[in-house]
Amino acid sequence: MNPAYQHTDKEKFLNSYGAFASRHELMDSPLNTLAIRKFEELGFPTTKHEEWKYTNVSPILKNRFALSTGKSRLKREDILPFLLTGKDSILLVFENGFLNRELSLIENLPQGVIIDSLASSRNHDVVKQHLGKYAPMKQESFVALNTAFIFDGAFIYLPVNAVVERPIHLLYVNDSREEATVVYPRNLIVAKKNNSLKIACTYHTIGNINSAFTNSVSEIVTGANANVEFVKVQTENDNTYHISHTEVMQERDSVFNISTITLGGNIVRNNLHIVLNDVNCTSHLYGLYITDGNELVDNHTLVDHAKPNCESNELYKGVLGGKSSGVFNGKVFVRPDAQKTNAYQSNKNILLSDEATMNTKPQLEIFADDVKCSHGATTGQLDSEALFYLRSRGIGEKEAKAFLNIAFAADVIKNISLEPLRDRLMPLIERKLKQGD
Amino acid sequence: MTEDQKIITEVTESDYKWGFISDIESDQAPKGLNEEVIRFISLKKNEPAWMLEWRLKAYRHWLTMTEPVWPNVHYPKIDFNDIIYYSAPKKKPSLNSLDELDPEIKATFDKLGISLEEQKRLSGVAVDAVIDSVSVKTTFRESLGELGVIFCSFSEAVHDHPELIKQYLGSVVPYTDNYYAALNSAVFSDGSFCYIPKSVRCPMELSTYFRINSAGTGQFERTLIIAEEGAFVSYLEGCTAPMRDENQLHAAVVEIYSHKDAQVKYSTVQNWYPGDKEGKGGIYNFVTKRGLCAGTHAKISWTQVETGSAITWKYPSVILKGDYSIGEFYSVAVTNNYQQADTGTKMIHLGKNTKSTIISKGISGGKSQNSYRGLVRINRKAENARNFSQCDSLLLGDKCGAHTFPYLEVSNKTAIVEHEATTSKVGEDQIFYCNQRGISTEDAVGLIVNGYCKEVFNQLPMEFAVEAQKLLAISLEGSVG
Repeated sequence: MNPAYQHTDKEKFLNSYGAFASRHELMDSPLNTLAIRKFEELGFPTTKHEEWKYTNVSPILKNRFALSTGKSRLKREDILPFLLTGKDSILLVFENGFLNRELSLIENLPQGVIIDSLASSRNHDVVKQHLGKYAPMKQESFVALNTAFIFDGAFIYLPVNAVVERPIHLLYVNDSREEATVVYPRNLIVAKKNNSLKIACTYHTIGNINSAFTNSVSEIVTGANANVEFVKVQTENDNTYHISHTEVMQERDSVFNISTITLGGNIVRNNLHIVLNDVNCTSHLYGLYITDGNELVDNHTLVDHAKPNCESNELYKGVLGGKSSGVFNGKVFVRPDAQKTNAYQSNKNILLSDEATMNTKPQLEIFADDVKCSHGATTGQLDSEALFYLRSRGIGEKEAKAFLNIAFAADVIKNISLEPLRDRLMPLIERKLKQGD
Repeated sequence: MTEDQKIITEVTESDYKWGFISDIESDQAPKGLNEEVIRFISLKKNEPAWMLEWRLKAYRHWLTMTEPVWPNVHYPKIDFNDIIYYSAPKKKPSLNSLDELDPEIKATFDKLGISLEEQKRLSGVAVDAVIDSVSVKTTFRESLGELGVIFCSFSEAVHDHPELIKQYLGSVVPYTDNYYAALNSAVFSDGSFCYIPKSVRCPMELSTYFRINSAGTGQFERTLIIAEEGAFVSYLEGCTAPMRDENQLHAAVVEIYSHKDAQVKYSTVQNWYPGDKEGKGGIYNFVTKRGLCAGTHAKISWTQVETGSAITWKYPSVILKGDYSIGEFYSVAVTNNYQQADTGTKMIHLGKNTKSTIISKGISGGKSQNSYRGLVRINRKAENARNFSQCDSLLLGDKCGAHTFPYLEVSNKTAIVEHEATTSKVGEDQIFYCNQRGISTEDAVGLIVNGYCKEVFNQLPMEFAVEAQKLLAISLEGSVG
């Protein structure tokens, strides 16, 4: 890639910042202005960067994306297929990055709990205290870009001892029916001591003529003894580019479970950083990606064991068909103080077609001695004996393969405790795997 | 726990036993690197014009390259103009019997425990001993000659078998390959050459010893092994070096070319000076080793025991081009004090039904950093390729680090690739189990570490397995019984 070409890509985004900032009166926001400066310094990564070795972002940048002005066109029936089953969930609908209050259902919240749009909470003390403090905008140019364009997203705050039993559904719709659009959703979730909450965060596109680009960042703080589950589902269409970063800061005795499910998109990159920042933390990381066509799905995870007696467990699975390619880069970092760490990681992949590619790089970096860490990675095809077993019982080859692939995927899905979401996901997965062959 | 710590302290504090300097007059090139120095080396070695031309091409290419910075190792920048690129013992002996060997050199060998006589009589190992870049003595040459096996120093091969050198030199590791391979191609001083003709099974283990003797001398060895169709050879390389304060650079290149049905087994025991307890001195070992399985059913197997060097940085690789070819990599890397190792392998599957196995054991103690870095690549056309990798790390102290960087790139659906890695310390329950059965903690640690490496030691030829155990004993003194 020649430097002049890269310059114009960067320039495009820098130019749109000026109009954006003046429209939303953010010219004086220190966070947004610092971020755009950082982005200007960093530029976009190329495949020369070790972290972007297998993912070339230049096809994304070739497009010209319009930034939404917040005008609403979305109707209730547009989002019906995306809603969770069951009626009791708290729903926030974001249309091209802006909260659509008419379609959202935010009622009967427990005392002290805040679930609102970030745009209207910008002056809240908790937002001031936490927003932009965790996501690494100084190193990651897409985080810097998102931070520069922070305007709206979800803000969730749970005070000490608060429990939200109903699932919270954050629904993002990128409506590109009229023009190619870019959205920069930003979520801030702060759960104080002894909290419990479950969040489903789903991304969708409407319209498949124009391309769309979602660049999202979520910052999550789990307080002492809190229990947080976060499920990120990505079912955008083949014209959608999706780059997201999730940064999690865990305090002592907290439990954090995250599932990252990718079922669509053209180029998808999910960065996930979890910092186990105090003793006795537990995290579970699950991931599933099912790809076909020319998709590229790249999952980068970093589990940073900063303190002793923590445990992390990671399972990522992928089924790759067509000419698609998958990337998994899982790093476990154990700092010198983090004795008695248990860290496990596993990445399993099935290649369905001759032209699919999987690049896996599980990494361990360990600086403490009293630890138990392991990782495993496999790439292969379906077990021929299992296939034979099913076929010998009269099941056709196609069905048998679908059976096994669905079981392979279900291994990840079964860890999601949000039943309404599981119910929504399984048929999607089955359909995708059945058509895949 | 305190007893554990005592043992670990002992383990991490043992001194380097093989440090000594032999007083042999050497014939040196002036310090620094330029075309003049390369011409000097070539002239000294009385090389033909095409060889000099190749060196100069490599040098000119090297000038366009930049030093790589991606490995997980840290060291002060190397001044390539502050190195003596050629140093040969002055008296080039042409010997009829061992008695004529320079007594100094002979004593050096005895200290190292090589003992030519004994090996000649007992073990049947032909040793091509290399001290500071010039091959001094080659044994068993005649008996090998009868079978058509060529085993000689690289410079002799340039004179005696120019057609083979021209054909194969740079065919597996071209001079454009990487920074240090280019440097080596420009200034390599000597090394070993080995050719096994068609359908010959080499009757003895071939072996060389590399030593770095003069202070401030970069050692640039070049080894080329060619196994013709159906041939078999087991090649051993062992290294020890005397104590020096300055950091010395070693940038060797090993090329293996394995034809149809041929098998090459390459074993290394590397125990260069690792620097003292404060991390001062020690060898920088930046080596390019690569084998090509060119024909069907070819096999190349690397076994390495790395205990020395301040910095080790090497990735013995196999390109599996022929269908049904096999690549293997077995490694034990021990780091102590301030040593750093970034080692592993690359298995490039190009042919159908190719197989590779990677077993890597890293042991780190003191303040050392030990990294495994490996690549398994299955190309689009490599049907039914199979890989199994296992990389285990053992930590013997709370100040050291163990890292794993495997790259798995799979582009064929019929491939089966498995990778597994663990990191742990010597289990307290394992030690307790041994204690309970009357084995002291010290013996127990030894037992566990030895057992841990056994899978790799088993791959070594008998003669080397003994030395490997000795080296482990030095690195882990006090814990290995």
